[in-house]
Amino acid sequence: MLSPVILVPAILNGLLTGAIYALVALGLTLIYGVLHIINFAHGALLSAALFAAFFAYRVLGLDPYVAVFLNAPLFFALGYALQRFIIGPASRGDDRNMLLVTLGIAVVIENALLYAFHADTRTINVGYAFETINFGIAFLAVPRVVGFIAVFLVAFALWLIMTFTDTGRAIRAVAREKLGAQLAGIDVAHIYAITFGIGTACVAVAACLLIPTYYVNPHVGNAFVLVAFTIVVLGGMGSVPGAVIGAFLIGIVESLSGLFLGESLGQIGIFVIFIVVLLVRPSGLFGERA
Amino acid sequence: MSNNTISVSRRRFLAGTGLSAAAVATGTLSIPGVLRAQASDVKLGVLHPVTGALSYSGQQGRLGATLAIEEINAAGGIKGLGKIEPVLGDAQSTPDGGVAEVEKMNSAGVACIVGGYASNICLATTQAAARYELPYVVDVGVADGIVTRGLKNTFRFGPGFGVISKTALTNLAAINDQAGKPAKTVMIVHEDSLFGSGLAKLLNAQLPQHGFQILETIPHPTPTRDFNNVVLKIKAQNPDLVIPANYYNEYVLLARTMQQQHVRPKGIYSVLGGAASSFKFVKEFPEAAKYIMDCNHWFDPRNDKALALKKKVESKNQFFTYEVYMNYSCVYLIADALQRAASADRAKLTAALANSTFSGHVMPYGPTKFVNGQNEGAAPVNTQVLDNDIKVILPTTFANAKPVFPMPA
Repeated sequence: MLSPVILVPAILNGLLTGAIYALVALGLTLIYGVLHIINFAHGALLSAALFAAFFAYRVLGLDPYVAVFLNAPLFFALGYALQRFIIGPASRGDDRNMLLVTLGIAVVIENALLYAFHADTRTINVGYAFETINFGIAFLAVPRVVGFIAVFLVAFALWLIMTFTDTGRAIRAVAREKLGAQLAGIDVAHIYAITFGIGTACVAVAACLLIPTYYVNPHVGNAFVLVAFTIVVLGGMGSVPGAVIGAFLIGIVESLSGLFLGESLGQIGIFVIFIVVLLVRPSGLFGERA
Repeated sequence: MSNNTISVSRRRFLAGTGLSAAAVATGTLSIPGVLRAQASDVKLGVLHPVTGALSYSGQQGRLGATLAIEEINAAGGIKGLGKIEPVLGDAQSTPDGGVAEVEKMNSAGVACIVGGYASNICLATTQAAARYELPYVVDVGVADGIVTRGLKNTFRFGPGFGVISKTALTNLAAINDQAGKPAKTVMIVHEDSLFGSGLAKLLNAQLPQHGFQILETIPHPTPTRDFNNVVLKIKAQNPDLVIPANYYNEYVLLARTMQQQHVRPKGIYSVLGGAASSFKFVKEFPEAAKYIMDCNHWFDPRNDKALALKKKVESKNQFFTYEVYMNYSCVYLIADALQRAASADRAKLTAALANSTFSGHVMPYGPTKFVNGQNEGAAPVNTQVLDNDIKVILPTTFANAKPVFPMPA
């Protein structure tokens, strides 16, 4: 069982799965870092984004890798609008209210999807879905390798935005000191909405990378978000590098526990990590505060 | 419930059910008769998992049943009883969903229910129907437990686990012997609900008796969307034979992942493989499907009616999968029983089903004879994917091709 013939491909597969987790976790940790709320609607938004990618392929005939350029801006706008016009006003400045509002939005989105598309599990069938690249020690699926590269591109783009643009500086300022930023003339409500929009756009990118090999139904996002929460806790709440590194670790853990404990128990490893991190290092790997 | 013509409040209805159940026990009155008295046609519950993980199979099953109903109605319906009115239900791929539909169908006054598809759904739905003494014809559900619980209302026209696994093992040994015994080691990949686990247990007990060594048995949940780890395990152990026992989506994914990871055992032999005898699989993924053998439900390839039905289904741009002809046959079985019972009364229909000698169907079965609800004439056949088509390789009386084993490299 410990032969490298199995272990190496299992670890590589885990890394590739981790890339998708990273994208979902990036959005979640970004929103936490700035708005200081856990976005419970993240999973439902991922389901919605998967449906968007599905219908972009089925109705418009857009390949998911092309659809990403349509869906990401669309979901950015959706996220912006959600925060600016629903979550922000409904919370009346209290973080705890925001939490409940996102939970409410999750319920609404999921049930709207269920009403519109029923509980059917749908898949698309693109030619490259089962193509592989031979790395000698392992055959890696093309869509997963694409996802792996994409996560670095997205993380790099985020870093560029955060470091070199005024919006990025404003986001960092609001994250660090909300009142001070407000006094300096930054429109906090706008920055909150921008951040929420970026987080939602990350989910749309993840959806487009997932759909070639994954499936969509109205509840599909939940499975990812539970994992993403674990990643955010492991990496440190609000930490972007933490989310990426945490995601890769979790991907590997999931793959190996699936290998050793069986597919039915594959996710146990993830939640064991969740509990251990909370007990031993509640601030996570890169977290600043507990 | 819009099709329910009887206006009773839920509470009154429940009270009525309780009273009538007591009445049934004393043999004085049967509530279905009361409910049906106002309906002109015979209502038939058509219950399948048309949404959820099993939705494809469920929709195919519904197609088969409704095709048969349309044909029967077009020919004038059941003599003296009128046309068959289908009451469609969705089990949502769960036993709970199935039971909820049985309750609805019972209150809609159906004479009988056909369907269920998955073993775990059938176990629950037949039991729920038994409470109302409502005859239930299982379309596929192969778990032996379905017909061994002494439920008088439950009938299965197709073969069960016991018969299928016995035939499958005998035929596997025969195919292997004929090829000079190239296969010695086996790995089993099964889904972890009643169907897959039950089959895996049977195979584990019986394969060694036929001279095969089982290297590993790997369970997985339904749905599973990543078979990389499973395939890596297969790759590491390098068995001569891989035996998958799972439903359509997972079967396809497993076969495709094996192809993707360049895992080529000497044979892939499935017992009731969810996709192995599916034209959809062969058409969509011909490379992954090549040379896969299966022991499964199959139509009689020499039967003109079966071939005509195949043409009809294909002309609707649908695949002629086993769910279609199993359900089609079950509806005709019920129609035959209704005709002989000359009544839609549940007790009379149950008796007519129990005495059925239904013939002239599209399946390669022996004479129909129900013993404890199981049709003793039912039998599976062995198929193999050859030349982008599914051929029957055993029994020789039905075969239209010879087995190709081991798989050419």
